[in-house]
Amino acid sequence: MKKVMMGNHALSFGAMLSRSQVIAAYPITPQTQVVELLSEMCADGTLDAKFIKVESEHSAMAACIGSSVAGARSFTATSSQGLALMHEMLHWAAGGRHPIVMGNINRSMAPGWSIWTDQNDSLSERDTGWMQYYCASNQEVLDTVIQAFKVSERLMIPAMVILDAFALSHTYEVVYVPDQAEVDKYLPPFKPAIRLTPSDPRAFGGLTGAEHYMELRYKLQKDMEKAPALIEETGREFEKMFGRNLGLVDAYKCDDADFVFVTSGTAGFTARVAVDELRRSGVKAGNLRIKVFRPFPFAKVREVLGKVKKAAVVDRNCSYGAHGIFYQEVKSALFGEAGVPPVFGYIAGLGGRDITVDTFKEVAAHALAKDKSDEEIVWIGVKK
Amino acid sequence: MKTAKKMTLTLPAEELMACGHLACQGCGATLAMRYMLKALGQKTALCIPACCWAVIDGPYPYSSMDVPIYHCAFETAAATATGVKAGLEMTGDAETTVVAWAGDGGTFDIGLQALSGAAERNEDIIYVCYDNEAYMNTGIQRSSATPYGAWTTTTPVKHFKTRPKKDIVAIMAAHRIPYIATASISHPEDFFKKMKKAKDIKGTRFFHVYAPCPTGWKSRPEDTVKLARMAVQNAYFPLYEIEDGDKVTLNLKLKDKKPVTDYVRIQGRFRHLTEAQVASIQAEVDARWERLLKSCAA
Repeated sequence: MKKVMMGNHALSFGAMLSRSQVIAAYPITPQTQVVELLSEMCADGTLDAKFIKVESEHSAMAACIGSSVAGARSFTATSSQGLALMHEMLHWAAGGRHPIVMGNINRSMAPGWSIWTDQNDSLSERDTGWMQYYCASNQEVLDTVIQAFKVSERLMIPAMVILDAFALSHTYEVVYVPDQAEVDKYLPPFKPAIRLTPSDPRAFGGLTGAEHYMELRYKLQKDMEKAPALIEETGREFEKMFGRNLGLVDAYKCDDADFVFVTSGTAGFTARVAVDELRRSGVKAGNLRIKVFRPFPFAKVREVLGKVKKAAVVDRNCSYGAHGIFYQEVKSALFGEAGVPPVFGYIAGLGGRDITVDTFKEVAAHALAKDKSDEEIVWIGVKK
Repeated sequence: MKTAKKMTLTLPAEELMACGHLACQGCGATLAMRYMLKALGQKTALCIPACCWAVIDGPYPYSSMDVPIYHCAFETAAATATGVKAGLEMTGDAETTVVAWAGDGGTFDIGLQALSGAAERNEDIIYVCYDNEAYMNTGIQRSSATPYGAWTTTTPVKHFKTRPKKDIVAIMAAHRIPYIATASISHPEDFFKKMKKAKDIKGTRFFHVYAPCPTGWKSRPEDTVKLARMAVQNAYFPLYEIEDGDKVTLNLKLKDKKPVTDYVRIQGRFRHLTEAQVASIQAEVDARWERLLKSCAA
């Protein structure tokens, strides 16, 4: 079935088709339509789930942790300040190995109050042990929710499906909604090996001394390392059933490229237009859109960028006192490899400032004029 | 010669809590857990935030309990229990009683928001606050459940707590939840009876359980039950229940209400108080008692 829907509703449909059993959520702009539609679906029986209308995002995640450990597939959605309020519970969900899937709408952190997009909210949670998928279309949002549940439940690691505020959350696109029966074949019911039940009384998360704690975290990292292969495998399986591949990265015209943009989120699709224009003017450009940020696809990034002459990372975020965050990861992926290209770092589009084709042209003009970047961060379109 | 009397057990002999736990000697909170589980039975799931009980059940990978426990974040007992209940129901278990079991800090202070949210939604959980009147697990710091006059490590003798204890039961009553009860480890039959009653009620049920702490109160471990009993008998901690927010029933009438002096004087945490200060505690207890009697009559 084809439907015209906003990005937020793509999240709702993804959660519905995944047969989420418990949803606990708190409203925040620009996430509200996600849970409004889900609460309607729960109310009219379209979705057989319990919807807990909690009093904060912190409680939303706590309730999802509770329902997940009881063995129910659990979903929530939030944004920005809400995600930051959840911070403690994000560690809890990952450390406790609860495979919750959460939609996060990338919105800038206050102050000043901003409801518009950038990635500092989700990237501030990069070390919590959650997988992070950055989406560029409404179709990808819907599909990724279903895939994320499959991957998460296999590894017992939670995941965020992330989309740009307004540029995606409130933008309407045509979305193919897969048949429920087909989704059921792809995503079996959640049946964890261990759950909270009186018939198998266990204590979860009790006092853990130095003789055990490190092993628990080692296992989390080891399972996280299995995720890239599993994401590709489940992505191919998804393609077989639904015709759309869900991989770690989306490489556009990179095969013969000399100069490649590295992007994420909706900026990744804008970059394609810039790539086409640059190619018309004789520059062999390409675009590497990084979809999965955690676990970071180091091998894929090396594979694609290892062959090019120059890479320009466009970050919609900043790690203050350091650099753009994708830039850091890309450099780290290439470090120590022979023959890797110089990497240029750009910051653009904070607080919802548009990233346009012209933004990428400016980036290209800067990078193509130099052999090596003379600054770690080049700010695009900033009034200095 | 007297004829041998046959002893009648007033509580079930079944124990869902084993020995080998990590509580201090004379811990009131440990008795509270035992009595609660005797009433609720094995089909119970516990959500325990940071509090003494986060440690008492035993370190990973051990547990001294025959019921499942989820150790949750400090401020999330009510929210986590809400999720557990929803999750169990969605996986076909509507029978298990889900209990949020928290100390006074996790209830009166940091967990109050989540508790209020769950109560307003009337989530189908039992919330038990075992009250030892300070942050005992972290080493005796004042909470908003610490009473007037008490020494703690953050209310030193020169600066003892001068504000009264927060009235958590009134706060919960204002949410108009179906059932609220106070209970004491000195009156296990009363505690058991009310917990049994609560088990069969649907919606949010709140228990405020008085649980003396020899470590924090600077009292003798063997006086724990005695102190709890004194607090009931002098109306410092009266036993009553509130149904639907306004139907108040006194569970133990006090024909001979005792003065608070003896209770105060056997606790090191009140040692610095002058006669006048103890008298002001008495006045406060009397006023609260009068208000309670009035609300029962209404």
